[in-house]
Amino acid sequence: MNVSTLTIGQIQQGLRAKSFSATEVIQEALRYAAAENPKTNAYLLFSEERALASAAESDRRLAAGADPGPLAGVPLAVKDVIVTRNLRTTCGSKLLQNFIPPYDATAVERLESAGAAVIGKANCDEFAMGSSNENSAYGPVRNPVALDRVPGGSSGGSAAVVAQGTAVASLGSDTGGSIRQPASFCGVVGVTPTYGRVSRYGLVAFASSLDHIGPFARTVKDAAVVLREMAGRDPHDATSANAPVPDYSASCGQDVAGMTIGVPREYFDGLNSETGDQIQKGIQLLQAQGCKVVEVSLPHTPYAIACYYIICTAEASSNLARYDGVRYTSRSSGARSIGDMYNLTRGEGFGAECKRRIMLGTYVLSAGYYDAYYLKAQKVRSLIARDFQQAFESVDALITPVSPFPAFKLGE
Amino acid sequence: MKITEQEVRYVAGLAHLQLTEQEVGRMAHDLDEILTHVEKLNEIDTAGVAPMAQVLYQAESNATLRPDTPGATLPNETALANAPLSGSGQFKVPRVIER
Repeated sequence: MNVSTLTIGQIQQGLRAKSFSATEVIQEALRYAAAENPKTNAYLLFSEERALASAAESDRRLAAGADPGPLAGVPLAVKDVIVTRNLRTTCGSKLLQNFIPPYDATAVERLESAGAAVIGKANCDEFAMGSSNENSAYGPVRNPVALDRVPGGSSGGSAAVVAQGTAVASLGSDTGGSIRQPASFCGVVGVTPTYGRVSRYGLVAFASSLDHIGPFARTVKDAAVVLREMAGRDPHDATSANAPVPDYSASCGQDVAGMTIGVPREYFDGLNSETGDQIQKGIQLLQAQGCKVVEVSLPHTPYAIACYYIICTAEASSNLARYDGVRYTSRSSGARSIGDMYNLTRGEGFGAECKRRIMLGTYVLSAGYYDAYYLKAQKVRSLIARDFQQAFESVDALITPVSPFPAFKLGE
Repeated sequence: MKITEQEVRYVAGLAHLQLTEQEVGRMAHDLDEILTHVEKLNEIDTAGVAPMAQVLYQAESNATLRPDTPGATLPNETALANAPLSGSGQFKVPRVIER
């Protein structure tokens, strides 16, 4: 058994054929992850006890002839902005260095019910704000493919553990590219599902109208299985979609001939040649499989970042207001008055990027500026959404580069 | 300059965020840059465009309603477990009203 290359399907086969037990897989994954972690700093914490308890339960079910679940014996890492009961969850922030959540995120609960073993928490940018994983209070993560380069962010740890082979799958979160970009930088599969597809209950809120939980995996099929197991309506998240969850993995391997793929021209401006070449190869591959490729336009693309920056910081400034020194472990020792308690706790606890976003968000929501910035951005957001609706009237899917360049070096 | 250091101090007050003098200067510079960039949105005519207030816009208007039935809540002790300071089943904070 080579834990660094196993897929979920191979684990299922191995368990049923008694080639190995779930406990053996998880023990080996924990051993390998602990040995490899000093290279990348991708894990902030290992949860041996919890993982081995999940594995023991899977083995008990197998021995009793029962179905252990589609994720039995699967070593899973969870981004540290997703809460895990009785397991420290820091959000990559000094402010939450001692935070022990009293409950599990719905996504985690569902994956564990399907047999997955949570082996540890993955490093990330502080409160998921960043695109290089250099904003973590616990040190940067290194890209396992090239250790002098960043893994991307903010789910850098979650992408790195899958690329390194120390977890078979992981959970990340994406607000403005935080699953897609590290998946691209590390060369693994990452899926940001449609908003509402996966419950956000237990995902520490950054920008609530943009936050998504999604999987990283070694194969598309593995990602499809993980997504299927955690998707669906959750009464704890009013924005979770009340729509049936298909078996995404059943679509894997099916013919794509006859599908129409749109290539939005605005996404190809200023592309690094290496990235452009790879995308062209992907497009040719789809054409060879019988897809029709057409150029489309998403005319508001150049405004997306400005629009995103206003909306995400506005929501973040509101969401991060809860770190006030009262409830979440940290309070400045210098606080003598209630005002000091707020100001000093937050000033000492948040890193530079979080402060910048809280400030910008507070500014764009403040009296006199709301209409000019926030309301304007929400209107532009409608136009951006309309671009996509129009494109999807004539195409089945869009193909774009995730980032205009590959993983860059730390400190660049 | 779109934002002065004085305005940065005012906004930091609204956000209850203590900034050092050095941070104030840096913040004024950074915010100025970002605010200049986001001005780009004014190139777009949004007259008659409704702001996006709801992401799940295809959902029915009552999609987020549910029966009002009581469910399990966290026990008091558990809810207070992460408090920096608590006592008598309550969060404790510095004195708010002076005697």
